[in-house]
Amino acid sequence: MDFGPYLLLASLEGAVGAAVLALTAVGLSLVFGVMRVVNVAHGEFYMIGAVVAWFVATTVGTHPALGFVAALIVAPLVAAIIAIAADRLVLKRVNYDPEATIVATIGILYIIQQAALMGYGPEARPVEPPFNHRIALPWYDFAAGEWFYPWGLGTTSYKLFVIAVAIVLLLGFWALMTRTKVGLVMRATQLDWDMAQAFGIPVDRVYALVFGFGAALAALAAVLIVPIQQAHYLMGGDPLLLSFIVVIIGGLGSVRGTVVAAILIGMSDGIISVFFTPTLAKIIATMVVALVLVFRPQGLFGTKAA
Amino acid sequence: MSAAQKSLALHLGLIGGLFALAFILPTYHHGNFARIMVLATYAIGYNVLFGYTGLLSLGHAMFFAAGMYGMGLAMQYGGVPALPALFLGIIAATILAAVVAVLALRTIGVAFMIVTLMFAQTGFLTILYFGEWTRGDEGFVLQQKVRQIAGLDLSDPMTRYLAAWVLFSVALLATARMMHVAFGGVLVAIRENEERTRMLGYNVFAHKFAAVVISGAIAGAAGAAYGLLFGYVGATFASVQYSIFPLLWVLLGGAGTTIGPFIGALFMFYLIDYSSGLTSAYMLIAGVALVLLTLFARAGIAGEIKRRWAPWLP
Repeated sequence: MDFGPYLLLASLEGAVGAAVLALTAVGLSLVFGVMRVVNVAHGEFYMIGAVVAWFVATTVGTHPALGFVAALIVAPLVAAIIAIAADRLVLKRVNYDPEATIVATIGILYIIQQAALMGYGPEARPVEPPFNHRIALPWYDFAAGEWFYPWGLGTTSYKLFVIAVAIVLLLGFWALMTRTKVGLVMRATQLDWDMAQAFGIPVDRVYALVFGFGAALAALAAVLIVPIQQAHYLMGGDPLLLSFIVVIIGGLGSVRGTVVAAILIGMSDGIISVFFTPTLAKIIATMVVALVLVFRPQGLFGTKAA
Repeated sequence: MSAAQKSLALHLGLIGGLFALAFILPTYHHGNFARIMVLATYAIGYNVLFGYTGLLSLGHAMFFAAGMYGMGLAMQYGGVPALPALFLGIIAATILAAVVAVLALRTIGVAFMIVTLMFAQTGFLTILYFGEWTRGDEGFVLQQKVRQIAGLDLSDPMTRYLAAWVLFSVALLATARMMHVAFGGVLVAIRENEERTRMLGYNVFAHKFAAVVISGAIAGAAGAAYGLLFGYVGATFASVQYSIFPLLWVLLGGAGTTIGPFIGALFMFYLIDYSSGLTSAYMLIAGVALVLLTLFARAGIAGEIKRRWAPWLP
């Protein structure tokens, strides 16, 4: 395959990655923005989403689409309930002290991950996509002056569907944050916790809601990706690392920056991984993020100091 | 007895007790204790930074691995004898610690934790990337015939135990001494209130820098010794898990106490050893321990003893 079609293919793969990453990272960013909590267990909520999707899909089992729709509802709910329980039982009791919450969420990470190992097992299991048509993409051949279908250049309808759903969900999230009462309450809590409480906002409940909501977004992203990748108990590591990178590059707690950075990082991760090794791509990304934090702690797009 | 005499007696008693155990312990626990002493040395290094200076690093595995690979690569490909290789490992970790310190100390709090985590992740991935030499996750084995210092075979259980004992004793006494002199006092002052320490005219950055370097060097020494004594060098020791372990040991044993790291490493080692016989999900224990410690016993075992019964505990 020539360079052009190859780049298009890499970009398509990158776009799917970016779509899922944006959802996961927005969840992490929301939790950090409102609660000032660095949730190291975020990747495990993603993993819960994938594992629950597998359980639901195998239980429902009539038509893949039915199981998929059920998983889209059940998986985020399960993740949210576990997250709210973790918030009530652990995070609230350490008064959201930054260092204590990091240590505690590391503990929660291992508890969820190892519980999945015990309950679900060490195997990677696939989930059937609700629909899956191959779509061959044409490419313009300048030498011959005509459109043709290069071998191997194509995508599936499901991958395009993932991108579309992610865009809809992100728009929905934006509308929720800017156009509804719930969003207003969350933003008020983010701006000034004390003042919000003084105005009668139940900050405790907002925190639980936000933590559950963040986990649900990660679980949703995983339900979308699991027909393409497979469900595995260790799958939370990569999305966690990438979400961290995205949230930091985008500016800690800034949702708009997070989405922009997710598209940037997701696309470039996909493209670099196709042309170079994935390991090199990750080395560069982690190094860059560490240096961004050192020299530009407000993030590349952020305006206020973290 | 004064507090200083009591703490000296405690340290010498612990060291003496561990020496005596070399001749008493049954084979299985004999091997475990050699391992625990090396890991406790790693924890002592971590404690210098976390317990005394109040800087929570999530990336100490990079120093442990720098020591291990500095030693291992020099022996495997450079044909360097064991003792110089050990020092090369420590030097590698020290240099890495100095570089990381200059960059990471520009940040504070949560950002410091994430920066160290990211640097360690970069280190881990770099080891994987150069898999041709480092052998990645698989790791490589150091042959028994090269693992000798001055004619002593380090693969022999008794020699290995005593080598680990020497390492642990030196680290324990050195850090205890360090905390006894003014330098240690400044570190604790920085932990308690950085601004006031600066107001009093101390150079906060220089002290923090020294703490990171000392902490990294001790962790590197532990890593180099671990590779040398147990004959294996692998990327696993650079993974996030090995950055979490020293945090867990120090939290469990008691942050900011001299014997806390050893107590934590000892308890956690046997807890994980015991539970891995029951289930493959042994890290569950580590997770539960971390959550329970943050909820109920922030001071750890030695910290609780100090608070309740023995305020003199160093």
